[in-house]
Amino acid sequence: MSLSAQDIERIAHLARIRVTPDEVGQVQAKLEGIFKLIDDMQSVNTKGVEPMSHGLDMVLRLRDDAVTEKNDRENLQRNAPQAAEGYFLVPKVIE
Amino acid sequence: MSQWEIVIGLETHVQLTTASKIFSGASTAFGAEPNTQASIVDLAMPGALPVMNKGAAERAVKFGLAIGANINRRSIFARKNYFYPDLPKGYQISQFETPIVQGGGLTITLVDGTTKFIELTRAHLEEDAGKSVHDQFDRESGVDLNRAGTPLLEIVTEPVMRSAKEAIAYAKALHGLVRYLDICDGNMQEGSFRCDVNVSVRKPGEPFGTRREIKNLNSFKFMQQAIDYEVRWQIEQIEDGKKIVQATVLFNPDTGETRAMRTKEDAMDYRYFPDPDLPPLVIDDAMFDRIKAAMPELPEAKCARFQSEFKLPEYDARLLSLDSATAKYFEDAVKSGADAKLVANWIIGELSATLNREEKTIEQSPVSAEQLASVVARISDGTISNKIAKTVFESLWNGDGKTADDVIAAKGLKQISDVGAIEKIVEEVLAKSAAQIADYKSGKEKALMSIVGMVMKASAGKANPAQVNEIIKKKLG
Amino acid sequence: MSWNAFATVAETKAALEAKEVSAVDLAKHYLDRTAQLNPGLNAYITLNPEKTLSEALSTDNKRSKGEVAPLLGVPIAHKDIYLIDGWRTTCGSKMLENFVAPYTSTVVKYMADAGMVTLGKLNMDEFAMGSSNETSFFGPVKNPWDTSRVPGGSSGGSAAAVAAGLAPASTGTDTGGSIRQPAMFCNLTGLKPTYGICSRYGIIAFASSLDQAGPFAQTAEDCALLLNAMAGFDPRDATSLDRPKEDYTRDLAKPLKGLRIGLPKEFFGEGNEPGVLKAVEAALDVYRKLGATTVEISLPNVKYSVPAYYVVAPAEASSNLSRFDGARFGHRAKDYDDIVDMYKRSRAEGFGAEVKRRILIGTYVLSHGYYDAYYLQAGKLRRLIAEDFKKAYEVCDVVIGPTAPEPAFQFGAKADDPVKMYLNDIYTICANLTGQPAMSHPCGVDENGLHVGMQIIGNYLDEARMLNVAHQYQLATDWHKKHPNI
Repeated sequence: MSLSAQDIERIAHLARIRVTPDEVGQVQAKLEGIFKLIDDMQSVNTKGVEPMSHGLDMVLRLRDDAVTEKNDRENLQRNAPQAAEGYFLVPKVIE
Repeated sequence: MSQWEIVIGLETHVQLTTASKIFSGASTAFGAEPNTQASIVDLAMPGALPVMNKGAAERAVKFGLAIGANINRRSIFARKNYFYPDLPKGYQISQFETPIVQGGGLTITLVDGTTKFIELTRAHLEEDAGKSVHDQFDRESGVDLNRAGTPLLEIVTEPVMRSAKEAIAYAKALHGLVRYLDICDGNMQEGSFRCDVNVSVRKPGEPFGTRREIKNLNSFKFMQQAIDYEVRWQIEQIEDGKKIVQATVLFNPDTGETRAMRTKEDAMDYRYFPDPDLPPLVIDDAMFDRIKAAMPELPEAKCARFQSEFKLPEYDARLLSLDSATAKYFEDAVKSGADAKLVANWIIGELSATLNREEKTIEQSPVSAEQLASVVARISDGTISNKIAKTVFESLWNGDGKTADDVIAAKGLKQISDVGAIEKIVEEVLAKSAAQIADYKSGKEKALMSIVGMVMKASAGKANPAQVNEIIKKKLG
Repeated sequence: MSWNAFATVAETKAALEAKEVSAVDLAKHYLDRTAQLNPGLNAYITLNPEKTLSEALSTDNKRSKGEVAPLLGVPIAHKDIYLIDGWRTTCGSKMLENFVAPYTSTVVKYMADAGMVTLGKLNMDEFAMGSSNETSFFGPVKNPWDTSRVPGGSSGGSAAAVAAGLAPASTGTDTGGSIRQPAMFCNLTGLKPTYGICSRYGIIAFASSLDQAGPFAQTAEDCALLLNAMAGFDPRDATSLDRPKEDYTRDLAKPLKGLRIGLPKEFFGEGNEPGVLKAVEAALDVYRKLGATTVEISLPNVKYSVPAYYVVAPAEASSNLSRFDGARFGHRAKDYDDIVDMYKRSRAEGFGAEVKRRILIGTYVLSHGYYDAYYLQAGKLRRLIAEDFKKAYEVCDVVIGPTAPEPAFQFGAKADDPVKMYLNDIYTICANLTGQPAMSHPCGVDENGLHVGMQIIGNYLDEARMLNVAHQYQLATDWHKKHPNI
């Protein structure tokens, strides 16, 4: 597995993390090392194995359909970097 | 245009009628102040976790059963990752590889009476996003997350429709069905039923062309306009030697045009993976059987039953079973003892016309099923004529009286069926109608109609028309 | 007031119940000691003496009114990953430097229901990503035994605070060893319960299918008392196990006669520092003397734990951390061109290097065309590793080995080499991938006097037995009674 500078730029964009051009090389080198470690597992034959995500194979518990939450806007907007008239404000989104 | 074939597939977002959100206990009610129905889960506060709403799962199963689909007893929620201000977690919880409903379909009836089976690919559960307002603030967009987390069933068809008419017939049939099942309120203005339409064109027999997806159509009229415009545009492009680029487009109702929002070249890479916060959704036998047992009678079955049980012609049966409220109105009226065919005539005729004119739904009809039944009963027993019945219906509509009998009594609309009384009127009319009598006797049938009309007029419409006819014929020998 | 800062939870509880000490006295004692020692250790990120003392006072009032609760008035410090209403909750990150939690996590609530008093919020690796506490935005935590060494991570503050007597006990979270490894580095007992035992609600998610809350304390008995308070079904967490409450102290006194200990040959290989192996071997002798038998077992797929983990954890983290976008809470960059630039700069500024690295790894392994080779393959390996353990439990009751291949290392020793750092978790990660309970208890020192921990991995829901095993060892030994000289 080798990661190109373009790969780094692509995933950094997908992840919405700014990586400046002079950081790309360093990030690339570190990730390469990590992927060398990860790629150890590629040799294992896992054909027919059911993937596992939780230890005890769980089933989704269902909640009764009922309104249990009250308006808590003031409390929940206290950490907002920018809010007005009940809205969270973000830089203007142009469609 | 005839040498081009249009290919259409629909993805419809149906907002489910649960009281609370799919993964939180916040209300789904429409129209609240911004962010007053956004809980910590809906706001994606750190540490918040989703908990699945049973009501949403039940509605999805109900839909699947109604369209004869396969219900996946074990379905998986996945995260669809992308950044957008109205998507607070940075991912939408949806179903990807294993949706709850797969396959099935529904039959649509076109205006010319032909039918077509529209196959569905799948229907999956997911959460809605929030909303942004762009014109309320100078330099910012305002984000309102009240709608975030509202349960949606996304219903996807195969690309089997071949005209805008078919697409609209399908959308209308689906709209009727989800309301029938009471899983969606069908309110298109409020966005409870939104269609994304995938459109491509090709020469018949060729492989599918590149499609463009018209997003978020919330009226059948716009859908028609958008598809028409899009088809014309695509054909023009191709005939000009240009290529269609896969894209998501928006329809502008003001200009009647579609416009590309973003092209797929932007490489949306959603990085789907099973949501580790949500173990598999399992519909066990108990739940499945309970939903199945509670299934309402579906339009097709109802239509068949109306024909066999009430001896209605297919046309009437189909119209009356199209939506559950009309069907219920019909059955309630019949239950009150009225003649089924007459009730059907009245619902399809006078009642529908009046409701349309007054822009009311049948649930809002001022004349109840029982009241209509009382009108129909008086026609059947000869108390009033069909014509007088319209007057009675009108009075009931306006709230003058509780039953047909009230109105008939109050306005003296009772039909004259007394032979003596009718004979008296007939004699008076005949005495003044020498010319018409002569015509009749010389074989002009029309003259009889004219005499009948005069008798009816003289009785203020109350004379029993059949009797009038009979007595005149007898008198004129 | 004279109080032994290294008193156990059991002793503290007894003293409170005997009214030998008040909760306010205790709170003051630990706050004073913290004021004095924390500057040198950096174990706490946030203190709020006013809140702490008012909580303490309220528990004292409850006691005087005759109310009872299992741990009424016993102080506890929480890893700064647990949300507590009104408390700043940073997760060790600049991203949440000024974030004040608007609600309380279930585990903290359950502990408060049991009567515990919050002393403060503990330092940690940023978003729990690290094995040395060097990734914290608030600076590294020093190991109280040797301040030139790391306390372990990611729950480094949790370990250091208890080891230094700045709290009688603390909470941590463990995604790949973040309780067990610092417990070893600081000579404590720490437990990661079965996945689903403690609610994750209100704990800032790192890797949702691996994260699990657990206690740090001086003894296994304390861990049992704490787990009694922390554990329990929570309808707000869809992965919380809906089962009746357990008393984790119920089996503590059971003799170990007949206990079968499995020793995986994969845990006793050359990767270990010799002093670590020696200490573990000596501890095994103690176990044998107590009546246990040992049997060599093999876990052939366990060697894929680290690669599988470094796919699953970053993948889930990359998605879990998307909510930190500068829109509704958390750091927002000062200058930006548009919404995308706002996201990118806020996240680039708000996250540290290790967090960004893991987000990028996770984004990559989930991106188009790589899912099957990475995430799916890792999920299958989890199954294979779980099956290895299942087989092992046919011949043994618990699996034992060293907690980490080497003891506390010097600051900077691995900071520049993520792979070296990751390999420190080689023995702990498997229990997160399978969801099994696992714990670490002190079992000696290496040739440099650095503390060694022994890991006990148990079958699902077998916490009571594991605590019994560790408790019996602690009755026979005094490694856990050793405290740093500070």
